[in-house]
Amino acid sequence: MSRRLKISIFRHNPRDPRSVPRLVDYELDERPGMTLFIALNAIRDTQAPDLNFDFVCRAGVCGACAMVIDGRPGLACRTLTSTLPAAFSLYPLPVFRLVADLSVDTGSWMRELAERLQTWVHLDAEPDLDRLEARMEPALAEAVYELDRCIECGCCIAACATAQMREGFVGAVGLVKIARFRLDSADTRDDADFYELVGNDEGIFGCMSLLACNDLCPKELPLQTQLAWLRRKMAGQGVRWLRRG
Amino acid sequence: MRIEYTDVLVVGGGLAGLRTAVGAARRRLRVEVLSLVPAKRSHSVAAQGGMQASLGNAFKGMGDNEDVHFGDTVRGSDWGCDQLVARMFAHMAPKAVRELAAWGVPWNRVQRGAHEVVINGERVTLTERDEAHGLITARDFGGTRKWRTCYTADGTGHTMLYALGDRAVAEGIPVRDRSEAVALIHDGGRCQGAVVRDLETGELYAILAAATVIATGGFGRIWGISTNAIINEGMGAAIALETGVARLGNMEAVQFHPTAIVPAGILVTEGCRGDGGLLRDVDGHRFMPDYEPEKAELASRDVVSRRMAEHMRRGKGVKSAAGEHLWLDIAVLGAAHIDHKLREVKDICRHFLGIDPARDWIPVRPTQHYSMGGIRTDHRGESPALRGLFAVGEAACWDLHGFNRLGGNSLAETVVAGMLVGEHVADFVESHAGALQFSPGLARDFVGRERAALEAITARPAPAPGADNVASLRRGMEATMTEHVGLFRNEAGLRTAVATLVDLHARAQRVGIASRHLDANPELVAAYRLPRMLALALCAAQGALERRESRGAHAREDYPARNDRDWLRRTLAWWPVGAATPVLEYEPIRVESMELPPGFRGYGTRNIVEHPATALREAELESIRARLEGAGGAPLQAALLDFRARLPERYRGDNERIADIEEGAPR
Ligand SMILES: Cc1cc2nc3c(=O)[nH]c(=O)nc-3n(C[C@H](O)[C@H](O)[C@H](O)COP(=O)(O)OP(=O)(O)OC[C@H]3O[C@@H](n4cnc5c(N)ncnc54)[C@H](O)[C@@H]3O)c2cc1C
Ligand code: SF4
Ligand code: SF4
Ligand code: FES
Repeated sequence: MSRRLKISIFRHNPRDPRSVPRLVDYELDERPGMTLFIALNAIRDTQAPDLNFDFVCRAGVCGACAMVIDGRPGLACRTLTSTLPAAFSLYPLPVFRLVADLSVDTGSWMRELAERLQTWVHLDAEPDLDRLEARMEPALAEAVYELDRCIECGCCIAACATAQMREGFVGAVGLVKIARFRLDSADTRDDADFYELVGNDEGIFGCMSLLACNDLCPKELPLQTQLAWLRRKMAGQGVRWLRRG
Repeated sequence: MRIEYTDVLVVGGGLAGLRTAVGAARRRLRVEVLSLVPAKRSHSVAAQGGMQASLGNAFKGMGDNEDVHFGDTVRGSDWGCDQLVARMFAHMAPKAVRELAAWGVPWNRVQRGAHEVVINGERVTLTERDEAHGLITARDFGGTRKWRTCYTADGTGHTMLYALGDRAVAEGIPVRDRSEAVALIHDGGRCQGAVVRDLETGELYAILAAATVIATGGFGRIWGISTNAIINEGMGAAIALETGVARLGNMEAVQFHPTAIVPAGILVTEGCRGDGGLLRDVDGHRFMPDYEPEKAELASRDVVSRRMAEHMRRGKGVKSAAGEHLWLDIAVLGAAHIDHKLREVKDICRHFLGIDPARDWIPVRPTQHYSMGGIRTDHRGESPALRGLFAVGEAACWDLHGFNRLGGNSLAETVVAGMLVGEHVADFVESHAGALQFSPGLARDFVGRERAALEAITARPAPAPGADNVASLRRGMEATMTEHVGLFRNEAGLRTAVATLVDLHARAQRVGIASRHLDANPELVAAYRLPRMLALALCAAQGALERRESRGAHAREDYPARNDRDWLRRTLAWWPVGAATPVLEYEPIRVESMELPPGFRGYGTRNIVEHPATALREAELESIRARLEGAGGAPLQAALLDFRARLPERYRGDNERIADIEEGAPR
């Protein structure tokens, strides 16, 4: 028998002086294979035409639709309602600036992170495009890809106690990016350079290793091992500097 | 009212827009990029299978080169493409892959020695060469004679877009997301920028620019079910159409991908079949070899999709609650391969179907996928009708793809075209022709017009229960396109489609909304876009109705022949201001300048009405080849089709391959 769902959705438009943050209940009949993408669009089409939420790929690959689903950050588009109780809540991700309702501004946050951590391959010179590409060990290319799969969804930030307390903490998303460029043989930076970027409390030393991020990353990035590894490397780098200093 | 000024305004933060922006910024121009969503969430991120470039590193890619890639592309297009563009493209693709490698795309690499693959349903051992070890490898894709598709597992669009997105940050290029270009500012001859709407605050303002580049991707969302991201609503093409000046090319040329999952319509990559996956019917029978003995599952996309539909019409489909479908079997590839090379596919199967593709077959059917048509440009990416307006990527009809795009050629097009158009835009801005006396008055007029349009929508009464509303009209459009402007088309269906769309278009301009505020209002956005989407739908339907032949993805049941005599031409749609329907014109595709004259693609039975010039051109080419025999590749190529001189100088060099090095060619 099909269930009647009751979804309590956070609603607020911060630009409207009359708007107050509130939860609004919406009911609808569950259908087989219903995802939150389908459910939220059905609510928008029939009950709440100005309800804000962000879907782009609706296939779990673009990272746009992260929200707090029944208390846990996750991707709405690939969450089946059948995995949730009949009554549940939807909140926007914390930490990020609220646009309205379930929509938050992850774009500016991630852009700032990229600028701060310089998350691009640093080259000595541009390649000669007429020549053979530089070789890379196949296993290394696969390992870099493994860490490159982050979709900047923000789930790890929403889940992270440090990120909620300390503005400026780069979170698992920032740290895994540093791990990615550190691994990439094309990048000319060394550990001293990376230490400059994340060898502080807004970086790896701010992380309390509680690993909420690791459990919630929808792309199942190996955050636990990468964070531990980066901490060791950066601590080593710090010691080297102390000795030299 | 806010008016901003810049050298280059790029509308779109996908692969094509970002690569164009990087090119222009490196020429020291001021560049602004607009995007509906954070750039890295653009639809490009969802591309899975890979990008074609004739590196020839992998064992099965040996002997590949620009000539082979060019030939595959032209055949794939069913001779509808611009061969000058296809030549430039084949020459540039290896450079583009190599540039991206340097910028951080972790392309899968050749591993020396023996490895097992599945070809035509059987396990085969291939041995990769020592000298290729560590170079970029490639997989097989449909409609290609070599394994040419470079990839990072099945997350190729992701790695490419992240590398380019990060590159744009490195170059300090600003990207404004949640920003929509809602009109082009122009004086009838010269484009001067765009009216921009901030989707969060609702603010309308103008950006005046010496050059405006549309890179807004495809318009798949006018169909009900599509593999496209839900933001792919074609607004870039729509605002170009609204100028009443710019032309849209071949809007009827729409690709249906063989393997989207049922019912969600989410794509699983052609790489599944490239790597050896099979299509099966209700009896578990592998049916493609019955229809296409030679290429089977790896025939060109349009062909495979039609064969699947035919097979379902014969009652061989699987009937399910979610609709009729066929099976894609990648279990034959084994769990290890899937875990490494097809993991996004595995994720999609797990989350949206609840199955494990290493054990279960995937329910698939052909689904709208790609827009070959778009804003018509010349080979430099500029609109021939509206100066200062450029278009690039899926939004453009540059015309690399003609009537059917090969898998892997679109990702390649976005970056190749971005590399070229970035240079041409910069040349234009620096040239005398690019000099522009900005007219703030014109900007004010255009902003005022859009403001009035928005206010008119919010002033209309809210829809009464049961009356038209945005969602119901939209469903009408989607259903019409799916039913009548789909994989197979005919006169009666297309006539119905045009009539229905004209009616919907008129109603969409009267529809009211319930929520009236201007900021963060998805209902207003939908109401504002709907007439524009319907305008694009009309261009596609009317173009399909008028094109009384079958070519590539455009299959007319009532005109099954490819008619080169009458239809070797490109449809150009434009919309006179105030008209109820678009006007169609045609641009000849000249056999006289083809390097590869029209021929048989090799699928099904030959059914072609020949163009009278084809035989003449063939003879002419033969005599050129005879005359220049022994003169070497370059002079011969110049005589056949001189593309090199039309490329920016920095990109004219030959592409190196390991075969060249082995032969001791100078390095
Ligand atoms: C599921 C899927 C898989 C694919 N896989 C492959 C593959 O393996 N190989 C291949 O070659 N091709 C593939 N393709 C095709 C290819 O991905 C696309 O054609 C290509 O990425 C389009 O890139 P683009 O830069 O032109 O547009 P997009 O990436 O779609 O970017 C469009 C941009 O324009 C912005 N925009 C749109 N309208 C406006 C507006 N009005 N104002 C401001 N900004 C606007 C958007 O925000 C976005 O940033 C695939 C397509 C799909 C649907
Ligand atoms: S392990 Fe570190 S980054 Fe992850 S949630 Fe905990 S504090 Fe945040
Ligand atoms: S690390 Fe995982 S959770 Fe964090 S942003 Fe990336 S994909 Fe999302
Ligand atoms: S909409 Fe793209 S991940 Fe959910």
